[in-house]
Amino acid sequence: MASDAEQGQLRPAPESFLPKGLVEDISRDGINPGRRSLLQGAFAAAAASMMAPSLMADDDPDIVNLPSWTRSLGKPVVANPYGQPSPYEANIVRRQSPGLTRTDQSSVSFTPLQNLFGMITPSGLHFERHHQGWVDIDPRRHRLMINGLVDTPLVFTMEELLRMPSVSRIHFLECGANTGLEWGNVAVPTVQYSHGMLSASEFTGVPVSLLLERAGFDRQRATVLLAEGADGSSMTRTINLENALDDALVAYGQNGEMLRPENGYPLRLVVPGVQGVSWVKWLRRLEVGDAPWATKDEVAHYVDLMPDGTHRQYTSIQEAKSVITAPSGGQKLLKQGYYNITGLAWSGRGSVERVEVSVDGGRHWREARLEGPILPKALTRFHFDWVWQGNEALLQSRVTDSTGYIQPSRAELVAVRGTRSIYHNNAIQTWRVRGDGEVHNVQLG
Amino acid sequence: MSSWAKFVMLLLTAMVSTSWVMALPEGLEALGRPATEGEVSAWDIDVRPDFAGLPPGSGDVWAGEEIWLAQCASCHGDFGDSNEIFAPLVLGNITEGDIASGRVASLTDPAVTRTTLMKVPTLSTLWDYIYRAMPWSAPKTLSPDEVYALVAYLLNLGYVVDDDFVLSNTNMEETQARMPNRNGMSLDHGLWSVSGAPDVSGSSCTAKCNVGTTVTSSLPAYAMNAHGNLAKQVRDWGPYPGIWTEMEGEQLAEATMVVDVPETALSANGCTGCHQMVGQLVGPGFDAIRAKYADEENGAYLRDKIVNGGVGVWGSMPMPPMSSVGEDALQEIVAWLISGEE
Repeated sequence: MASDAEQGQLRPAPESFLPKGLVEDISRDGINPGRRSLLQGAFAAAAASMMAPSLMADDDPDIVNLPSWTRSLGKPVVANPYGQPSPYEANIVRRQSPGLTRTDQSSVSFTPLQNLFGMITPSGLHFERHHQGWVDIDPRRHRLMINGLVDTPLVFTMEELLRMPSVSRIHFLECGANTGLEWGNVAVPTVQYSHGMLSASEFTGVPVSLLLERAGFDRQRATVLLAEGADGSSMTRTINLENALDDALVAYGQNGEMLRPENGYPLRLVVPGVQGVSWVKWLRRLEVGDAPWATKDEVAHYVDLMPDGTHRQYTSIQEAKSVITAPSGGQKLLKQGYYNITGLAWSGRGSVERVEVSVDGGRHWREARLEGPILPKALTRFHFDWVWQGNEALLQSRVTDSTGYIQPSRAELVAVRGTRSIYHNNAIQTWRVRGDGEVHNVQLG
Repeated sequence: MSSWAKFVMLLLTAMVSTSWVMALPEGLEALGRPATEGEVSAWDIDVRPDFAGLPPGSGDVWAGEEIWLAQCASCHGDFGDSNEIFAPLVLGNITEGDIASGRVASLTDPAVTRTTLMKVPTLSTLWDYIYRAMPWSAPKTLSPDEVYALVAYLLNLGYVVDDDFVLSNTNMEETQARMPNRNGMSLDHGLWSVSGAPDVSGSSCTAKCNVGTTVTSSLPAYAMNAHGNLAKQVRDWGPYPGIWTEMEGEQLAEATMVVDVPETALSANGCTGCHQMVGQLVGPGFDAIRAKYADEENGAYLRDKIVNGGVGVWGSMPMPPMSSVGEDALQEIVAWLISGEE
């Protein structure tokens, strides 16, 4: 509803007593001294018309006039058998980037990073990337097959997989094409579209190493795994076996419940640190092999074009990256004073060691506070105290990971890889805070 | 040594240096059962670059063209050159020099549209992907012979093979030797393994760093609303509300819209995978369907077409039966299709 958005930048009032024009002006331009007195007048008038026992000019009507929810019986349990967010959070949803794709089945929806907290993405807001639509699979009819270089090809039912020893681990999941629209120039307005192919969950499942051991794989010859989905696309990707034996999971759980259908219900591959396309959803088969498969998403897509005309093939690891999520592009600071700049940092090669923040476009950096737990191949939340005095500012964050790798600036990255790679853009992001408080996505040079 | 062999060597070295031990708990050997041969062959349909897994069969360019026009052209264009729905597959810009060298020279030219055939180094990939995932709305309905024919047609569109070419399991290898970008892939990077070496490093400078701070790129004002009104995409009561980017006129128009398009039903049931609001996609546009059937008496007919599918009314591309559409959604969609409302 438009009225929600309009009221949002004001203190919520029990009744809509402000003139619509004024509300819209403030929504667009913020509160200046002239409007502040107008507002106070409106509050006073509204207050006078209410049944407030002794409302003084400084009293907050939301405190002294008890709201309806304080004076009524609440709703019963199980009104929503599966809980839903407050209606006041209706803006915080996954979104498509208009014009990015021509069909909704081979498309992307982005996670609203600008309004999330902590290190876990709510399952319903986990970004989506489907190649031929998503499917609802009956878990009773789902099977996992393991074949290839094994003693005996095996078939597992979901019931059997859920009986096996399980582990739960928190990991980030980032699409290799995240921030891919921004290689050449600024193309999108908000962090949702620039970095929103990023989510993190606690995944529960069976270690791939256990399943391969059970099948008796050929240690001498095996170097790679093929993962294959059960959906119409039956998507396939070649997985680095060494890394898979280390920490990959065949996962059925996500944030304490079963995977969401859009995220692969009832089974998906979890390959920590590796780009999302390899986390094959609706997983039906793992094949042990001794040479890569050069699948469609390893030759026509998810190959990184270099300035010399070659494509880097089998690029998989998501290198260290960070981004300030608030304040970020498309948002607006309404007043001067203290703000907690916050954001996310992660590395596909290990854990986050340090995050630094600059408010002057990278000329000076100070260390941000890291929030624990700091886990390998997971999102780490950082915070930075900042007092905004109404000046122009250029906000950036820069991560160093446990291998000592430092996130590059856009200039440093482009100098090596050019601007046509599409994939694996982990450059430092800049948000420009204008004097009027508006925050815009910019690139510097 | 080929880059492929070097790649595998690197992997083997990495394997040897990895130490891990996994003792199976007692009783675990009873979970999972041996897969039958029939089960493995039903699912293990992948074809590797060395053609391991390729079933026997053959197909020629002319047969390929016929299948293409019936089942592929609606998305990819008659000549595989359409960019309406997906990126173009071929554009006829591959040269004899590219085929000779195995490197598509125009990949260094930003002005040249990158097509699938300009990128794909391995013939096996075309075969594998078409067989497993095409056509778009009915994957895994093509026979091996049909896939051979389609690959032959695609290669012919790219001038890789002649009009009278027959592709079969016996000449895949020699055809691979003509793939225009067969030498265009690089494995010389650190992004395959967790322990790979990075190619770029950032600076550790913390004070008076010598960096450019001039804004060189930003969204122009007219594009600020291209992703919709940002004020409605951000929490609207917190410290950082969204910027209001919507124009007055559009705001008004949105408020006065009366047409009730069943958007949720259309997208949740997969209709929008093949039909768009205006104009042909895989199937006819909803504008054309609604214009043609704008009468209540067409309700039963459309209902039958949705549930049971059909072919031949709008072209040769069959509409699959959409039997999973729920009753509520079905009623909503049919009511909208026959409403005739603008």
